[in-house]
Amino acid sequence: MALERHVISSIKRKMSFTQPLLEGNRLVLARLLTQVENDSPGARDALVELFPHTGRAHLIGVTGAPGTGKSSLVNQLALGYRRNANKKVAIVAVDPSSPFTGGAVLGDRVRMRDLSGDEGVFIRSMAARGSLGGIAQKTASLVQVFDAAGYEIIIIETVGAGQSEVDVARLAHTTIVVEAPGLGDEIQAIKAGILEIADVLVINKADRPGAENTERALRSTLELAHPTQRVFRHHGKTMEVSAPATDRDLWIPLIIKTVATEGKGIDELIEAIAKHAVHLQRSGDRAARDRARLESEMEALLQEALMNRFMEDMPHENYEEILGNVVNRNLSPYEAVKLLMNGTPK
Amino acid sequence: MTDKKIRVLVAKPGLDGHDRGAKVVARALRDAGMEVIYTGLRQTPEMIAEAALQEDVDVVGLSILSGAHMALAPRILELLKKNGQDQVKVFIGGIIPDEDMPRLKEMGITGIYGPGASTDEIIRDVREAIQP
Repeated sequence: MALERHVISSIKRKMSFTQPLLEGNRLVLARLLTQVENDSPGARDALVELFPHTGRAHLIGVTGAPGTGKSSLVNQLALGYRRNANKKVAIVAVDPSSPFTGGAVLGDRVRMRDLSGDEGVFIRSMAARGSLGGIAQKTASLVQVFDAAGYEIIIIETVGAGQSEVDVARLAHTTIVVEAPGLGDEIQAIKAGILEIADVLVINKADRPGAENTERALRSTLELAHPTQRVFRHHGKTMEVSAPATDRDLWIPLIIKTVATEGKGIDELIEAIAKHAVHLQRSGDRAARDRARLESEMEALLQEALMNRFMEDMPHENYEEILGNVVNRNLSPYEAVKLLMNGTPK
Repeated sequence: MTDKKIRVLVAKPGLDGHDRGAKVVARALRDAGMEVIYTGLRQTPEMIAEAALQEDVDVVGLSILSGAHMALAPRILELLKKNGQDQVKVFIGGIIPDEDMPRLKEMGITGIYGPGASTDEIIRDVREAIQP
């Protein structure tokens, strides 16, 4: 209780809680994550204060269909980073919220029990709270807090994703898409979407029958995706690579086979992530991604601020009247917006 | 507190492998709009306290059917306290003999539920317990 008051009051005073956070106080960290997730008063001030300490961590996104073994893979990945590199690892595991009650059952920790008892690992479960992009609206802010708190590797596990949950690719430096054999022909349908965001493709449960087929299918699709190595789609954008730089700057997603429940293939996966990190630095892609991410964060905040300012200036009755006209089909939504902005529907 | 959700850790300490009750309660709390972190079977008190800390929960729900509650409950309360989480309310569901109940309450367990308890009752008690 006393500590909570301390956190809140120090957030309000914009001081002193940063110090315990940077010194590794886990209770302060946990409480601050809650404040940020709830967008509590003071949380924004805290993020302002922490921002200069961010930008150091490598952010790894892990996505894929439900049941492909994302949580088990994240568990092994974290163990691997602890074992091989002794890096501090934070995990943000997102699960869906009920659209009806807003409640959630967050079950990713079930597969992460091996990480218990290690002070260098911090696992935080997060409900998507109505966000549809595979991560929650506040996931990026939570990641910033972990980054400032000195976690060097931050793994973001999305909700079980289908085709359009690609927000994690905007947040992460390296995006891992997890596949499993036996998903059958459905895999054909999702490959195009998945290949666009994958930096590393993992075929998990690779000891199961059909793993070879899955690998062959993914490889052939990758080759189709990069026919000339001149123009390719990366993170949803068409990128043209000028001829001389082509060979050096092009990243073709690596395919790694793993059996997460037994820890097989994990060292290879960590190596692939490291290769990608080197590529990001060398090609300038890391800076480009940071810029794009921060730009979209700034834009979102700007939109919110403009909307708030607009609504404050707009008399509520006017707004309701125009909305009523739209509902009665007297105005189209386009005309309504023009009217709201300019006072005339033209 | 614009978006404050009640966060509950549902954990099963000890060695019995029967988690139907824990899952039913987790589901009921979810349907009551709470965020439930489910940790699974065979958790040690240390694992439970650590998860409660990282997840910054308001409530810990323990499912204990093994008869070891008089050993597990005080240990978990002690670890929560040690971590600075004195304010976390702890509930127990399972098979608890009548004569143990007063002692568990005395230790600081907020609610105890046996077979036949209604989930509505649990939800109400959880909401009441975390009122500021």
